[in-house]
Amino acid sequence: MISLHVNGKVYQVDVSNDTPLLWVLRDYLNLKGTKYSCGIGECGSCTVHVDGKAVRSCAISVGEVQRKKITTIEGLPENHPVKKAWIKEQVVQCGYCQPGVIMQVAALLSQRPALDADQIITKMDDVICRCGTYPRIKRGIKTAIQMTKKEVKKS
Amino acid sequence: MRTSMTRRAFLKGSLAAAGLTIGVSVTPFGHRLLNASEIDSFSPNVWFKITPDNKVAIFIGNSEMGQGVLTALSMIIADELEADWKQVRVIQGGAKEEFKSPILKVQITVGSASVRGFYEPLRKAGAAGRAMLIKAAAETWKVPENECKALLGTVKHEKSNRTLTYGQLCLKAAKLQVPENPPLKNENEFRYMGKPMPRVDVPEKVSGKAVYGLDVTVKDLHYAVIARPPAYGAKPLSFDQKAAEQVKGVEKIVQIPQGIAVCAKSIDAALNGRNVLKVNWDKGALPEMDNSSIEKSLMEDLNKPMVSVVNTGDAKKVISEANKKIEATYFVPYVAHATMEPMNCTAYVRDDQCDVWAPTQSQTVAQMVASQVSGLPPAKINIHTTFLGCGLGRRARPDFVAEAVGISKAIGKPVKVFWTREEDIKYDAFRAPASHRIEAGLDTQGQLIGWSHKVVSPSILKDIAPAAIKGGIDFYCLWGLADAPGSPMWNNRIQYEIPNLFIEFLISSLPAPVAPWRSVQNGPNAFVIECFIDELAHAAGKDPLEFRLQNLKNNMRARRVLETVAEKAGWGKPIPKGEGRGIAQHACFGSYVAQVAEISVNKKDGTIKVHRIVAAVDCGPVVNPDPLVAQIEGGVINSLGTALKEEVKFANGGVKSANFDDYNVMRMSEVPEIQVHIVKSSEKIGGIGEVGVPPAAPAVANAFFNATGVRVRRIPLSPKTVMEALKKA
Repeated sequence: MISLHVNGKVYQVDVSNDTPLLWVLRDYLNLKGTKYSCGIGECGSCTVHVDGKAVRSCAISVGEVQRKKITTIEGLPENHPVKKAWIKEQVVQCGYCQPGVIMQVAALLSQRPALDADQIITKMDDVICRCGTYPRIKRGIKTAIQMTKKEVKKS
Repeated sequence: MRTSMTRRAFLKGSLAAAGLTIGVSVTPFGHRLLNASEIDSFSPNVWFKITPDNKVAIFIGNSEMGQGVLTALSMIIADELEADWKQVRVIQGGAKEEFKSPILKVQITVGSASVRGFYEPLRKAGAAGRAMLIKAAAETWKVPENECKALLGTVKHEKSNRTLTYGQLCLKAAKLQVPENPPLKNENEFRYMGKPMPRVDVPEKVSGKAVYGLDVTVKDLHYAVIARPPAYGAKPLSFDQKAAEQVKGVEKIVQIPQGIAVCAKSIDAALNGRNVLKVNWDKGALPEMDNSSIEKSLMEDLNKPMVSVVNTGDAKKVISEANKKIEATYFVPYVAHATMEPMNCTAYVRDDQCDVWAPTQSQTVAQMVASQVSGLPPAKINIHTTFLGCGLGRRARPDFVAEAVGISKAIGKPVKVFWTREEDIKYDAFRAPASHRIEAGLDTQGQLIGWSHKVVSPSILKDIAPAAIKGGIDFYCLWGLADAPGSPMWNNRIQYEIPNLFIEFLISSLPAPVAPWRSVQNGPNAFVIECFIDELAHAAGKDPLEFRLQNLKNNMRARRVLETVAEKAGWGKPIPKGEGRGIAQHACFGSYVAQVAEISVNKKDGTIKVHRIVAAVDCGPVVNPDPLVAQIEGGVINSLGTALKEEVKFANGGVKSANFDDYNVMRMSEVPEIQVHIVKSSEKIGGIGEVGVPPAAPAVANAFFNATGVRVRRIPLSPKTVMEALKKA
């Protein structure tokens, strides 16, 4: 039995240690927002947070993430600045890669000291969008940063 | 905002629900509007339904792959209906004979045909609803119809200050005769069309809740992965079935025409089972085939006798007597679709029916194939369309449907066939490669007087519609060069005014399957035509823009996009040393696009940096401008991939490319600034999903010539190709 902490819940799953986290999230925990696309950590569609850092869930085994805090796209609040920015800027096309893109941007946005938009954009070369939403992803990142700043001001 | 519905529930709900239902039926006589009482005989292709709870449901039969079709088609209906967007619900419909495209005559989302095909019929459908609701209100109040006005989901009678909602009026309206020619809105009365409306599918995609094919779950679902031949035509000699059966979770091994399927209760178990199958394959049909043999074969075929496609005037004679004669040979390679969601399909075959859950671009084709494989009549096949994780034309091919249905039939369980990324690339049906040889003649004024063009390419229609190949001509291979007689892709020929034009074609027998790839062969053909035009401009000693305009004297739409893009990009203004600027135009799917590329070339390592693409688009009326711009951006980026990076590698008679580490697509830092200018136009509405593709690659190649003085006549302009070309020069 593997014990996983996902989106604030604890799950017991009967799989072997070396099963990729991706398949366990999708097919055992029914968290289908995390997507399979390359299986070798080349495209970023399967990105989740492990202890707040962006990780490729296709290239990490469940054995490696036991007792760690895992967050998937479903666990990222709907009012998160990246999700809000993605709707405002109409970033997505087919949308398949976007949960991974959003999770990667959200992780970069939470880095301290804070990164600016250009610094975040330079760290996005390891995610692939085949529809070509890259110009919109750039806009989304800028808007998410502005939204984050506004929220900080409010609080 | 958007919900899915099974076909069964859809039909039941539509037929049984009280309210006003209007459909559009494609009949041999064109479009006819019908009302609910006639539905038995004429099922519609796109519907809306107003219910007494004041809701408007809109049913869309087209597949959503990010192009915004659910929103755009719904906007057309809602606008003419004068519905309040807040009361609209958009519902993905299933497979219905009558959902078929007015242009393509099947239910399919390809050819940039959705909005341009449905624009007029859906405006009429919406307007008919509005007219009937107004009439229902006028009869209720016993006032003249022309004193009543539809406004945001209500009808108002201003004189008496009375209002009824569409919900209140719908039952009465349902009993009225549907008008054949309802008055349409004037353009200045449009409430939604022409304004950027947020797409209805965006929120659920951002939340992670959107269901793609791979996300479909049904009770007792089995997962299947297929061990496939490593070379074209290879057959299995032996495999270790026992080893695979012993893997935990593996349920069954089934041999099917496509390979050996491992079925399990989870994807990871199925993959583990396949890993130990240890299949021995024979060497296949062409064990020596690799990239160089492919290129050699296509080039050698240029010397073979060909079929004449277009023969106007006497091109050969004119060219031989011309003041200047220019000749060039071009090559374009195989390119993969590599959609982010790999191919997959879920099917459940029972004795009396079959359900298919598929990210498909063609419900009609999926239904036909499922019927063939299951042995059930098409009416017993229920197609459930999921979201598509990108399409690019790949998902109109039904191979994944055939596999899921075949395996489900064999094991009697619901089955999800799952392709890994490696399979998705290796077993793709690629964008067709081609070789081209062109000769052209210029007169003493530098005017283009003759053009003779040979094309060799594997047949695209061979797998889709072999009967459409006539006299050895596959017009899909010639899109952008020559119009097919009776083709729905109107005005899809070379745009330049060439008095003597000769086009010849030959089908290559290369074995790798090919299929439409965003813009079909408009992409490769525009690369060749627009680069060669650039060569001619140079030979004539003219500016590339000036030369184009000189040979497009009466082509006002092509001229306008060229002139617009030139002005917006600052064509003719000096550019920094080491940089280059190139221009290209192309017309396809009823639209015109011109682009300017600005690039720089690193002569030490051969890398090209694209700094900016400026595009001008004339597609006639615009329905939803923001997704339109997004489609051009995406098309440009796909095209830049083909211009700079994408080429499928072959070895030992099969595909060597396997994943995103060796099949390179565009990444964030490689994407330039893209500016899109929509030219205001009252021309007939054109397509948008694919039209951004064709001009970008030649604009980049022409910019490369401008920067270096070196002409490269093949794509991709990879660092290796660039270094070789620079060394030779």
